[in-house]
Amino acid sequence: MINLGWAVAALLVLTLGGVGCACGRGSGKGLSRVGAAVTVLGSALALVPAIGVLWTGRSLALRVPWQVPFGAFAIAIDPLTAFFIVVITVVSALAAIYGIGYLDPYRGRKRLGAAWCFFNLLVASMLLITLARNGVLFLMAWEGMSLASFFLVMFEHERAAVRDAGWTYLTAAHLGAACLLVLFVQLAGPGGDLDFDRLAAPADPVAAGILFVLAVLGFGAKAGLVPLHVWLPEAHPAAPSHVSAVMSGVMIKTGIYGLVRIVSLLGPPAVWWGWSLLIIGAASGLLGVLFALAQHDLKRLLAYHSVENIGIICLGLGFWLLGTAAHQPQLAVLGLLGGLLHVCNHAIFKSLLFLGAGAVKQAAHSLEIDRLGGLRKRMPGTAAAFLIAAAAICGLPPLNGFVSEFLIYSGAYQAVTEASGAGNLAAGGMLVLLALALIGGLAAACFTKVYGIVFLGEPRCEEAANAREVPLGMRWPMAVLAALCVLLGLGAPLGVALVQPAVAQLLGASPTAAVVATFWPALAAVALGGILIVGVAGLLAGLRRVLLARRTVVEGPTWDCGYAAPTARMQYTASSFAWPVLNMFRWVVRSKLHLDLDPGDFPRHAALASHTDDLFRRYLFDPVFRAIAAVARLLHGIQQGRNQVYVLYLAIVLLVLLVLKVK
Amino acid sequence: MIMTLPFSILHWSLALILAPLLPGIINRTKAWFGGRRGQPLPQAYHDLHKLLRKGAVYSRTTTGIFRLGPVLGLAIVMVALALVPAGALGAPLAFRGDFIFLAYALGLMRFTTVLAALDTGSAFAGMGASREVQFALLAEAALLSGLAVLAAGTGQFSLSGISARLWPPDLHQGGASVLLVAAAVLIVMLAENARIPVDDPTTHLELTMIHEVMVLDHGGVDLAFIQYGAALKLWLFAAIFTGLAIPLRTGRPVLDLGVTVVGIFLTAVAIGVIESTMARLRLLRVPQLLVVALALSLAAFFWTVR
Repeated sequence: MINLGWAVAALLVLTLGGVGCACGRGSGKGLSRVGAAVTVLGSALALVPAIGVLWTGRSLALRVPWQVPFGAFAIAIDPLTAFFIVVITVVSALAAIYGIGYLDPYRGRKRLGAAWCFFNLLVASMLLITLARNGVLFLMAWEGMSLASFFLVMFEHERAAVRDAGWTYLTAAHLGAACLLVLFVQLAGPGGDLDFDRLAAPADPVAAGILFVLAVLGFGAKAGLVPLHVWLPEAHPAAPSHVSAVMSGVMIKTGIYGLVRIVSLLGPPAVWWGWSLLIIGAASGLLGVLFALAQHDLKRLLAYHSVENIGIICLGLGFWLLGTAAHQPQLAVLGLLGGLLHVCNHAIFKSLLFLGAGAVKQAAHSLEIDRLGGLRKRMPGTAAAFLIAAAAICGLPPLNGFVSEFLIYSGAYQAVTEASGAGNLAAGGMLVLLALALIGGLAAACFTKVYGIVFLGEPRCEEAANAREVPLGMRWPMAVLAALCVLLGLGAPLGVALVQPAVAQLLGASPTAAVVATFWPALAAVALGGILIVGVAGLLAGLRRVLLARRTVVEGPTWDCGYAAPTARMQYTASSFAWPVLNMFRWVVRSKLHLDLDPGDFPRHAALASHTDDLFRRYLFDPVFRAIAAVARLLHGIQQGRNQVYVLYLAIVLLVLLVLKVK
Repeated sequence: MIMTLPFSILHWSLALILAPLLPGIINRTKAWFGGRRGQPLPQAYHDLHKLLRKGAVYSRTTTGIFRLGPVLGLAIVMVALALVPAGALGAPLAFRGDFIFLAYALGLMRFTTVLAALDTGSAFAGMGASREVQFALLAEAALLSGLAVLAAGTGQFSLSGISARLWPPDLHQGGASVLLVAAAVLIVMLAENARIPVDDPTTHLELTMIHEVMVLDHGGVDLAFIQYGAALKLWLFAAIFTGLAIPLRTGRPVLDLGVTVVGIFLTAVAIGVIESTMARLRLLRVPQLLVVALALSLAAFFWTVR
């Protein structure tokens, strides 16, 4: 029996189990096992109806009256929800299993019960967000998600940087939530009803446009669209790695879910909606990857890459709106297919990258890229999984990232050839094409830097040299995610089949089926090309092995032009690797160099450091928040802590009110 | 389509067999400019044969990535060649959006080459790798936007489809945009194949070099794979360039194939002429050259959709 009882049971298991973890005594591995078991059980329960809906195509809905005003307790699973549930549960369950091993070193120092409680509450609230069909319920789940993830970010709250990141995150989350609150109030149906099927989309295009802007602001703040991304590079590195994986892999995707869900309720889109998503997407993609390239901390770098990938998803969604508004169903379908598929693909490879970064941190006790090196020899399993994810995030075939980018590219080429008087569409296509091409090149620069410096070469510090592979319990969740990257790449049509029902729900079954039928041979050919590459490479590797079999194969030092005593410090560093590109884009990135050189003729020391501030944090948010603080400080004068004065204030206010009333 | 398939496969096989001639042709052209006789045309075959008979020396720093790089790189370019048409003669493998796959497959080739270079831990290889990724990101954008112009002009979404419809130009704007794109592709070809004015293939150890310094630590069979792969990649780009620049579509598969092969050899001569008459650009100027390629593509685009 497939019904929503499964989903309700999943929510109950996650919530009650989570609270149970918090009450649980002890802080041993047993507690972590219980916490992860709760996540896995809850995910499995939620997965059942989701797969049922995707398989049969029939939506499920449940509506129970409750005491809360503005509508009923309404939940439902339609293909769009089902797709997001699949993504959320798979990634969360794997991250939880990894978390058992990752939290082990914190045993005795930290209250692991609380961490598991918030982890399970986070998963529950993400599920509830996708299930909710009522504004109040949605906002409650949204707030629950923000708070649960805030407490998870604060896990190592004894560090000042973590506290700072936590507060930044909380502020950003609530600024976004404020926009959503206004949005829902404006959307309310007759009698203030906030059930999704009774929301009243405004007929006036200006009003609809304002609601669209509110949705982009509110959901964009969670998703991490530029310029609302500033919390992301702070919060994701601060959280424990399995939490970063969930936050970056799936939690920010709830912003995408909300955007898709609410915008589809706003009535027919205007052309400028599509254009604004294209421009925001291109800006997020390019700035995200450029700032990623400038980072020295591995997890911070990955966090900026989330901004980039949300940008790519946003490009797809832009085509969806633009295509719908310009009556080009093929463009709309391609954009939504590519965007949603990229949601799934990014969830897989980004969570894998964060799990890999966590393994690096646990093994080498550092995430500073320029201090690491040579980890592939010391941690072969982690390195292999990380390599697959690194190639996948660059959109390289035959891995999954290529398939979704291929669909968005196809949309772009489609738009470029659209000669029917709409030079607009052609320009949009060219914008997306250029953005994707540059993002692809920059991402390749960034991940060759990460993998080449962290995992290859010689270790640059003692800890990296002594690194040991992480335990099996942490490795196999990574292996599963890596296998998914390969599966969805070599089996390109599979991923499309996964998102097709959701797209069909939003854009109609027949246009979707028509586009999928058109692109089926291309996707099959992409898969075939990938398989051919792997096959030919296998043959060549065999040939190489045969040729080298009876010859002398010796090992020696790396050829350094005859230099006799190379050390690990003479290797190229990540900073120097990235510098030419950053220098080319210095008009955006504005990295700062600090050269500390002994002025004498025979300098005894020299040091060079570079750091890159976030453009928007430095030039937009910092000044604004400083101004707010300055205004708030002006009000200091009226607060001196003397009760008599406060009573006087009361009296004055009452007097004023009285005078006003009498008048 | 089915009728021409044997010829398409023939083009692919000819590429695999004849590609090592291209470095020889370039070399002889440069020798002629320099007043020398130069090495024999099939010199590259001798080099490959010699390298394939050698053993191997591996750096202690390296891992499996270093050994995987040449193998995967050659596999990719062999498969990618199957996507390239010969004039009006389609490629053995053509599908909607195949040029995106082509560009990204070459991206994967670069990814593995760069990682293999970084695997040595050598600062020289690191420098080459850093420059490679920097220039590639501009070259890729120029190539993909150039192809967008052709797709917009012909209404076709595969390399073979575009190439078949390109000449005589049934684009209403005529051939100007095709020639602009051809110029962009020429620059991309020089950059992607490590030729002057972007890179100097004849020197190994100058601090200014890109591709050669990345493969400095490779030897024997691995180096043979790399050099053969480089020749195939040159053939690939020369074939695309020929399709754009030589406006000859005979409608007969044999002649089309012949025209393409001759065109590819002429392209090699042209590269030799460029290398003989130009100096390598300063590294800081190379991005500007690639931005010119991008600008040519965009100019062609605006010309097409105006």
